[in-house]
Amino acid sequence: MKRHPFLPLAAFGLFILWLLLNQTVSYGHILLGGAAALVGSWALSALRPQKVRIRRLGAIIRLSLRVLVDIVKSNIAVGRIILGPARQERRAGFVNIPLELRNPYALATLGCIITSTPGTLWVDFDATKGTLMIHVLDLIDESTWIRTIKGRYERPLLEIFE
Amino acid sequence: MNEFAKLPDWAAIIIAILILAGAATTLIGSLGLWRLNSFYERLHAPTLGTTLGTGCIVLASMLCFSVLQTRLVLHEILIAIFVTVTTPITLMILVRAALFRDSVERAETLSNMHDGSHPATSELEVNHSRPPEAT
Repeated sequence: MKRHPFLPLAAFGLFILWLLLNQTVSYGHILLGGAAALVGSWALSALRPQKVRIRRLGAIIRLSLRVLVDIVKSNIAVGRIILGPARQERRAGFVNIPLELRNPYALATLGCIITSTPGTLWVDFDATKGTLMIHVLDLIDESTWIRTIKGRYERPLLEIFE
Repeated sequence: MNEFAKLPDWAAIIIAILILAGAATTLIGSLGLWRLNSFYERLHAPTLGTTLGTGCIVLASMLCFSVLQTRLVLHEILIAIFVTVTTPITLMILVRAALFRDSVERAETLSNMHDGSHPATSELEVNHSRPPEAT
């Protein structure tokens, strides 16, 4: 049987998560949480996750704030569409976006951002061509959407992950 | 009455506003499931509940119990994180299943038309905007 490398950070994270969820620091839960953290991180290491290098804390904070603002804005925009008149000048459709991102963690983060902002939906990422297909609820102009996704989200993600 | 009566007025008002806002957002999202036209459009609707809806209610809960217990209660953040990380998976599976169904139906319709018979399967949902390329 192959030895799996121990992942101290994952184990520690799981341990803190356990204590947070149970809201206690009693001995029983420290023991249980420790066991859960060991088993969990061992299971994770069996998946052989890639090493992640994250830089630029400032960029992370700026991106998070930007995403929070965008989530609120797009919630309002989609709410308007839903409550607005049934017949309206609106076209929904698919957009193909060529991406430079290749880091799987960065792509996963982008996936979370795109689905968390209502109005855009992650459909498919073609790893060989490097194109991302998204579905947009209110598609005014394809090139605007491509520029938005690339400029607002992809560039900071490139800074953070690659 | 109960321990919620101990909440100071300012906190009670903010919490009430947050809960109502979260519930309203989620309700609008659910209405979207009924009002929007195609499957792909309807997929956008529930994300209102999973983002701003959940966010407002999580904030309200954090504020409420932080004030009541006079300590910072933060484990609700975990709910927000888990919801944010898991929703994309469900949505991606749904949208890709729909794309697959569409491409199968289109192929069937084409072959049916070739046979000269009636394209029965395509009548279910014809109102899609088609993807730019088949996958």
